[in-house]
Amino acid sequence: MLQGINLACTRGDRELFKDVNFSLGTGGLMQVRGPNGSGKTSLLRMLCGLSSPAAGEILWCGEAIRVLNEDYFAAMTYIGHLSGTKDDLTVIENLRISSALSGYEISEDQASEALENLGLGGRERLLVRVLSQGQRRRVGLARLLTCKTSLWILDEPLVALDAMAVKFIQGLLERHLQQDGMVVMTTHQEIDIAAASIVQLQLA
Amino acid sequence: MIIMWIIKRDLLLAIRRQSDVLTTLFFFVIVVSLFPLSVGPEMNMLRAMAPGVVWVAALLASMLSLNRMFSNDYMDGTLEQMLLSPQSLSLLVLGKAFAHWLVTGIPLVIMAPILGIQYDLPAEALVVLTLTLLLGTPVLSLIGAIGAALTLGLRGGSVLISLLVLPLYIPVLIFGAGAVEANMAGIGFDAHLSLLGAFLLASLALAPWATASSLRVSLE
Amino acid sequence: MTINWFKYSSPASFYSLAGKMIPIFAFAAVISLVAGLYVGFFVAPTDFQQGEAYRIIFIHVPAAWMSMFLYVVMAFWAGIGLAFNTRLSSMFATAIAPTGAMFTFIALWTGSLWGKPMWGTWWVWDARLTSELILLFLYIGFMSLQAAIDDPRRADKAGAIIALVGVVNIPIIYFSVQWWNTLHQGASVSINQAPSMASTMLLGMLIMVFASWMYSIAIILKRVRVIIIERESHTAWVAELQKKDSIR
Repeated sequence: MLQGINLACTRGDRELFKDVNFSLGTGGLMQVRGPNGSGKTSLLRMLCGLSSPAAGEILWCGEAIRVLNEDYFAAMTYIGHLSGTKDDLTVIENLRISSALSGYEISEDQASEALENLGLGGRERLLVRVLSQGQRRRVGLARLLTCKTSLWILDEPLVALDAMAVKFIQGLLERHLQQDGMVVMTTHQEIDIAAASIVQLQLA
Repeated sequence: MIIMWIIKRDLLLAIRRQSDVLTTLFFFVIVVSLFPLSVGPEMNMLRAMAPGVVWVAALLASMLSLNRMFSNDYMDGTLEQMLLSPQSLSLLVLGKAFAHWLVTGIPLVIMAPILGIQYDLPAEALVVLTLTLLLGTPVLSLIGAIGAALTLGLRGGSVLISLLVLPLYIPVLIFGAGAVEANMAGIGFDAHLSLLGAFLLASLALAPWATASSLRVSLE
Repeated sequence: MTINWFKYSSPASFYSLAGKMIPIFAFAAVISLVAGLYVGFFVAPTDFQQGEAYRIIFIHVPAAWMSMFLYVVMAFWAGIGLAFNTRLSSMFATAIAPTGAMFTFIALWTGSLWGKPMWGTWWVWDARLTSELILLFLYIGFMSLQAAIDDPRRADKAGAIIALVGVVNIPIIYFSVQWWNTLHQGASVSINQAPSMASTMLLGMLIMVFASWMYSIAIILKRVRVIIIERESHTAWVAELQKKDSIR
């Protein structure tokens, strides 16, 4: 279970948000909403442990994530704004290496299968630099198919994706939630994802 | 093993971008070759200067490539992923520093004896020079990683790195060049080498940890 | 009597406390500086070996001591700030750096002034002078790094790491330079070892050290106050303070 208690965030002198509270149980989806500059990305970076809140505490299964550190990272996958892919590596190299660095080594076949599912079949040996924006995004998202973490934190996962891919990701998230996973995401697109419980977090 | 993956990745990237490696090496060669042109071709003087010149050039060359160490990973988001790895970040950093050394340090070590010949160093001194570089250049990569991590994403980061890192390089410079000079003067140089080895061990133990904390600070 | 120290670890209450303390330290600094200079330049006897020129050590030695000591103090506060996330200690580290750099510069400058009559050159690669020069580089590195970072929280932490790395390295650097120096030239007359110091010389020196201390504390408190105002400018208490000032 992921909990946020009285979270606050400041950028320079400006207070982006304060007293943000939420609690997300297994099978739960949290959608973070708010206009540009309201601190959505800042909140997500806090939740995944990249930055620390100006005030408040984030708990994973009742323990503070700043204490858990690596134990928390083992249960969480974060996909941010940046695709997290290397231009000079091929599609399959990217997936295999990023998976290995996240703690789960996968075989060539597993990687191919995941890429096939995301509509990148036949492009495994291309360098990422020749791909389109949407295709790069898919390479980044392919990690969701190979990881075994229960909490996914996704910053605008649907950006630059075509209708087919959006549908696929939607299905993937629903399946993850059905298997008692948890998802925290931001999105500007209206999207219906079926989940046992849905938390809407509105940032001013 | 995660450290193998990161080394493999960085080597693969270096192979696909050979120009980066070659610029560092050519920089080293050019700086060393400039000295005779500035002080004159008097062989006795050049011979006396050679250890210092080669070492200073190695210092600068290795520093030149430092700000690439993390900045590419920072820009494309892979550094974020590394910070969120369930494996120890220090270990990943160690892997990156090792890859950096393989890519920039080793070419310098191989090139140094050839440049030493230009300065008419005796054969034994060439061996000592190569040995000291072999022990000293990994220290440069390890300490340099701290500077690279601290200046990540800052304006004028590459100049700032040199301010932070060059003073810390001084002990390596003193004993690296000192060993060769001691050998040429007919004094033993074992003490120099053991000290360089000690620096290497100390920086192996402490630098990855300091670099990992710096990366967490810089990405916050 | 128990003092609630934690009360003063908040910037707001420290600001007013520092305001009260600055005049005391500044006064002590001026008095002891005048006294120390008087003893050093008029009372202390002329050195039979080095003549009048040796009197520069009344400035040089305290400055050199302070330069090294302040670096350690700076790294200490920066480290505390990093470990316990206490803002005030990080502000102290930031405030100490320029004073430390200034003392380092004074030590170098007076060292070279002393070197001219003693060694015949403005600069010698003496082990202590060289170490002092490297110390100046370390201070400059710390200050440039902090200046390059816009976010104060990141500046504090990044500065702390480089200060701590510096502290670990200072003994190594010092020892290396010492070795390098003995290898390359015979033992030279060292500036910090005036042979058999007369008691008035020692007295003058001690007063000057005291003066440097008082000056450092006063100027650092002053600088911390400026940093507090800068960083806390968005808070209610600073706004109130500025309102009061503008009425006055």
